Amino acid sequence: MNTIWALAKIVVLEMIRRKDFYVLFILTVLLTGMAGSVNLFNDHSIVRYLKEICLLLIWVASLVIAITCTARQIPMEREQRTIFPLLAKPVTRAQFLLGKFLGCWVATGLALLVFYLFFGVVSASREQHWPVLNYLQAGFLHWLMLGIVIAATLLGSIVFAAPSSNGTICFVCVAGILLLGRHLNKVALGLAEPLQSLLYGIYFVIPHLELFDVRDLITHNWDLIPGGVMALAILYAATYTAFLLTAAWLVFRRRPLN
Amino acid sequence: METLTIDNLRVEYRSRAVGDPVKTAVRGLNLRVAQGEVFGFLGPNGAGKTSTMNVLLGFVPPTSGTARLFGVDVREPIARQRIGYLPEQTYYYKFLTAEELLRFYAEIFQIPKAERTQRIDAVLKLVELDHARTRQIKTYSKGMQQRAGLAQALINNPDLLILDEPTSGLDPIGRMKVREIIQRLKSEGKTVFFSSHELGEVETVCDRIAILHQGELKTEGRVSDLLRQHGANLEQIFLKIIGHPLQP
Ligand SMILES: Nc1ncnc2c1ncn2[C@@H]1O[C@H](COP(=O)(O)OP(=O)(O)OP(=O)(O)O)[C@@H](O)[C@H]1O
Ligand SMILES: [Mg+2]
Repeated sequence: MNTIWALAKIVVLEMIRRKDFYVLFILTVLLTGMAGSVNLFNDHSIVRYLKEICLLLIWVASLVIAITCTARQIPMEREQRTIFPLLAKPVTRAQFLLGKFLGCWVATGLALLVFYLFFGVVSASREQHWPVLNYLQAGFLHWLMLGIVIAATLLGSIVFAAPSSNGTICFVCVAGILLLGRHLNKVALGLAEPLQSLLYGIYFVIPHLELFDVRDLITHNWDLIPGGVMALAILYAATYTAFLLTAAWLVFRRRPLN
Repeated sequence: METLTIDNLRVEYRSRAVGDPVKTAVRGLNLRVAQGEVFGFLGPNGAGKTSTMNVLLGFVPPTSGTARLFGVDVREPIARQRIGYLPEQTYYYKFLTAEELLRFYAEIFQIPKAERTQRIDAVLKLVELDHARTRQIKTYSKGMQQRAGLAQALINNPDLLILDEPTSGLDPIGRMKVREIIQRLKSEGKTVFFSSHELGEVETVCDRIAILHQGELKTEGRVSDLLRQHGANLEQIFLKIIGHPLQP
């Protein structure tokens, strides 16, 4: 565990010292600010619209951070040859992967925290109440979802050689699932047989990331999600993450390093 | 007791493209290094030195044969607890300072917190990077990076050092320092296994050497014995053994 944590800290430190996160954050702030400034009519619904835009930006930015940060980890270790002195120490390949996973997950978690704090400031400037618990639930589910994405990207970075193609593939898959995932079964109904089963198969196998998207919880100030459902969500995310990490380990375990 | 044992080692690289020939980097290598020895692993470019080390460190699985460190098969990660390794090309996490890098590796070796700072101070002093310890590694010169590499290889106070061309890229003073460090480690009873193209240096610090050529072991023995047998210096012996025509 110490080893895994030591590895994770390096990843977090890397993100803090790189510029990407700051650029995305400033971009989000600017875009939200622009969206806020077109609020000429001071209409009540405009607040909701502003919150929706800000949340959408946060979702996109968090996916970009999670995927780019994860996709470059192992290719960089190999390209810069830092993996050699590292794995020459008593580190197993499983610890290496877990450390990278944990580091990326914690790093994106920290980024998420900054983003949601900004969102809190934005909405507090327009509204007088602060549903902190709603924020926490939505942010936590968002973070769980990113765990699955990070595990998938880590697997991708071992399977696909080029980091950029892996990043693109992951981004397209994740966006596809988020936008279309819940409709696949309905689409399948309208198809002819071999395709229908195939699409149904995909529908049942993919992680339904869209389930973790509870932005309405904060834009519409809905009631909190019950504890049982939260527990199920944690279990669901943990299962997929564990499955993807195991797959990554199986591929990486015996791979020659040069 | 043998620190390093290699039996019948064969290393092949299979390329991904179908139909490409398999490249054999090491064939039938047998080697034994005893505790406390300084062992020079020589051979021309492409002889298979780095490939052999890659097996010792578990980066590449042996195609056949076995390799052991302290009697433990190199496939077990625990075999690497008591070794220090300096890779052929050294690039470290550029966004870290030397101190942070060493702290990270010290954590990986699970060196107790109380000892950690002390160890880090000691190795930084040894490689003379004390003045630059809080600077990011990307601001280092090549020789400084090489010395940071040596520092990380020594962080766990290893009993066996595996160094792949430790003096490449160093100035004459740097080379001398590395020689001094190797000799000092020897006097502490440590084993050093290193590859080098600097034969003069090898002659002064090594107890024994092996010469590899095209993946095969050509010669192995005590430096003093070899010099006496051939009545020549190490460079001449080397050239003769790899079949290079001697200059008149
Ligand atoms: N990843 C690889 N794939 C295919 N062939 C390789 C690979 N790595 C090394 N080789 C080949 O194996 C042989 C031995 O290479 P190795 O790096 O072990 O030599 P070396 O003795 O370390 O040489 P040098 O003194 O130049 O460092 C060479 O012919 C090299 O081309
Ligand atoms: Mg080499």
